[in-house]
Amino acid sequence: MSQLTNFTRGILKENPVFVLLLGLCPTLGVTTSAINGIGMGLATTFVLIMSNLVVSIIKNVIPSKVRIPSFIVVIASFVTIVQMTMQAYIPALYKSLGLFIPLIVVNCVILGRAEAFASKNGLVSSILDGLGMGIGFTFALGLLGAIREVLGSGAIFGFKFIEGDAMLVFVLAPGAFIVLGYLIAISNKVLKK
Amino acid sequence: MEYIIIIISAIFVQNIVLMKFLGICPFMGVSNKVSTAVGMTGAVTFVMVIATIVTYLIQHYVLVPFGIEYMQTISFIIVIASLVQMVEIILKKISPSLYQALGIFLPLITTNCAVLGVAVMASSNADFNLLHSVVFAIANAIGFGLALILFAGLREHLDLINVPKGMKGVPAAFVVAGLLALAFMGFSGLV
Repeated sequence: MSQLTNFTRGILKENPVFVLLLGLCPTLGVTTSAINGIGMGLATTFVLIMSNLVVSIIKNVIPSKVRIPSFIVVIASFVTIVQMTMQAYIPALYKSLGLFIPLIVVNCVILGRAEAFASKNGLVSSILDGLGMGIGFTFALGLLGAIREVLGSGAIFGFKFIEGDAMLVFVLAPGAFIVLGYLIAISNKVLKK
Repeated sequence: MEYIIIIISAIFVQNIVLMKFLGICPFMGVSNKVSTAVGMTGAVTFVMVIATIVTYLIQHYVLVPFGIEYMQTISFIIVIASLVQMVEIILKKISPSLYQALGIFLPLITTNCAVLGVAVMASSNADFNLLHSVVFAIANAIGFGLALILFAGLREHLDLINVPKGMKGVPAAFVVAGLLALAFMGFSGLV
């Protein structure tokens, strides 16, 4: 039962983007289309699961004073793996995500979960927590990307259903802030009950 | 002339917060009051400039000659994390009053993506020499400060007006940030 809570918590009730307001830079920066958002979400999910796994294994070995730097090194190693894999197999996505791939290192969701959850809990719970948080993050980025793509370029997953120009401002910077603002307002309303 | 172009484009046209979405966490977190926004800007400027110089040297004198560019992310983040620690210790010793002012913001800067972002952008740009990178870092820090302080001023006023209940707090702040970004779009095409 409690394992199930570990998993589902991140998806809606403690959604990292809509509720905890963590990891906002990639959330706003890469979600110009649904595919970009989901790609970024999956890359982050991988790093989140692996870093939670490693941190929960080594939690008793690291002295608590150098805990944060060691977590950052663990996270940075997995980010480098993701970076090299994406560069080799999906160069198009790698190019459109650009600077935000190395910046997964400083995504507060990952360090936050390593510090707040994985460094205190067992292996299985930590993996489930990472998976749940990752799915919640991917869901948020995919949703934001889809809304901006529909409004801004009249397309979904690259399939265009409006001829000519749509409301271009939504794929540009201001649209990201405005759409996220409204999504947070909606999620506050829905989750408060 | 090229320095002026770098400065104008980093501050206004490609503003690091409003156009490139770096450093959103402090942008939302410490922009409740103008005075804290000023303190944060000071701390970020300090770390960003030093971090860009050090990472530039590492990139061009260690990583590239040895052909280990893939170590960029790991080495840069270690450099920034230790730099922040070092700055904190040195400031505490030589200027307690400055430490008092910046102290609480320093630990937050390690996970500020603006610092790592500027370091990566400056050292991956093949046209930049060391001086270009320093100017680029200073200009981006000014851009960060400009956005942060403007936004803090707007939020102080936002507290006083009657916002619909569901939009109170963070959602309204995001919409205001969107409008601010819209205003900054007016600068596009300037350079």
